[in-house]
Amino acid sequence: MSFSEQLSTLFATYDVLGAFWTNVQLTFWAAIGSFVLGSVLALMRISPVPSLRWAGTAYVHLIRNTPLTILMTLAILGVWTQFQLSLATSFEWNFFIYAAIVLAIYHAAFVCEAIRSGVNTVPVGQAEAARAIGLSFMPTARYVIFPQALRGSITPLGNTLIALAKNTTVATVASVAEASGMMKSMIEFNSDLIFMIFFVFAMGFVIIVVPIGLLTTWASRKLAVKR
Amino acid sequence: MKRMTSTSVLFDVPGPKARARTRIFNIIAILLLAGMLAYVLMVMGRQGQLEADKWTSLFTGNLWVNYILPALGKTLLAALISVVTSVIFGLFFGMARLAPNKYIRGFGTVVVEFFRAVPVLMMMIFFWLFLGQFTFFSPSQLPFIAVVLGLTLYNGSVIAELLRSGVHQLPKGQGEAGLAIGLTPWAVLTSVLMPQALTAMMPSLLSQFVVILKDTALGYIISYPELLAAARRFGSGEGNILQMLLLAALIFVVINFALTLLAEWLSQFLSSRTDVEIKHADGVPGEVDNARPKTEMMFKIPKH
Repeated sequence: MSFSEQLSTLFATYDVLGAFWTNVQLTFWAAIGSFVLGSVLALMRISPVPSLRWAGTAYVHLIRNTPLTILMTLAILGVWTQFQLSLATSFEWNFFIYAAIVLAIYHAAFVCEAIRSGVNTVPVGQAEAARAIGLSFMPTARYVIFPQALRGSITPLGNTLIALAKNTTVATVASVAEASGMMKSMIEFNSDLIFMIFFVFAMGFVIIVVPIGLLTTWASRKLAVKR
Repeated sequence: MKRMTSTSVLFDVPGPKARARTRIFNIIAILLLAGMLAYVLMVMGRQGQLEADKWTSLFTGNLWVNYILPALGKTLLAALISVVTSVIFGLFFGMARLAPNKYIRGFGTVVVEFFRAVPVLMMMIFFWLFLGQFTFFSPSQLPFIAVVLGLTLYNGSVIAELLRSGVHQLPKGQGEAGLAIGLTPWAVLTSVLMPQALTAMMPSLLSQFVVILKDTALGYIISYPELLAAARRFGSGEGNILQMLLLAALIFVVINFALTLLAEWLSQFLSSRTDVEIKHADGVPGEVDNARPKTEMMFKIPKH
């Protein structure tokens, strides 16, 4: 068999696109989850209520300093096996949902810090003006600070999204059939094509990651608050 | 703490009403948080996860001497070696990306962008299986080499980006002054720009070490006998895997938190030595979020 024939049979046997599609889906759901949770955490961390601030800070420090691999293992071996907590009827979906939740929990800490660094870009005068026209904390945050802060946090949020897309490969620990696991089994059975296989999978991630980077750079310029 | 005095004017000192309102919210929030914690503990208790012997085995000498400490040693060894090799890789390719020659620059760009886009886990799996094809490496060494290579290529690329953006953030006059006194562009880069950029990027570099240490846990997937693997092995033997994994997580949190504090102290210390503060490399994907936001100050109600 020629090299190209070998390759085409290889990619006919394995559903490479399907595996990447799983990574994309994980990225999508975890991105939504982490954005919602991260925004709530950011709001908690800048609120005037001490206990909320404390809880938000504790969450960010604990989660951000724990390896994602441990969190993923903890969810599967610690929570799923010990508590028999099924999130879906089929095994496949159950693990997928677990992985998505862990990814959301982990990246929420980074989203929170990204939004907070966006809040940092808002000049003090904006808050002072809001205060002067009589707005209290929530209206100040909602109508004055957050709309500007979100625009300022596009770049760090984009970086978090890129990290999230790449970190979906860790879902292999939760036995989700995604790209890195498929790459491993493909190489194990076709070790002579190892470079080609690695290159294809690496390029798959380049194709996912580079547009996100370009898009966030474009968006952060386009939406930048003129000062 | 210049910032604090400049931002505490943001909010008037709260009056009795506002203070009372904050207090009520505080109490509600404490009750909610305590309720959540109590619920978790209740569920854990119902499943028998709070039984004493599941927790007391975390404090036995056998666990620490035979499992935790050797494995922690492996984790730290992989992290330390990767830190050194990443910095070397980063300096080399950072310089390549700043080189006056456009072909060297292009080469640096392609290498750095490629390794930043590929997941670290994928690189580890690749090197693990690829080097396994040679009899030159003993199978017990393979996971370690793969972990170090994967971490080096990714984090080295991030460090290269940090260096590049650090040099670009320096005042233009620095490079111009170097050229004006007759230095070659290469000498300007290595003896004027890079020393300043390196000082300025020191805190970011330390934050990157946190990422390296955390990512050693990926070695668990390619059978490197690090902390997570040891915790799992002991936990499945003793039937307290949940507790063991929590302990492993806690060890990582403690070490990383210490590193973060060091980074913060260093950035304060160095702020008197350099004019630029490199917050993050532009568009570096990954967890280089050392923006270290100080917004808390903004809404903190001043005590009086």
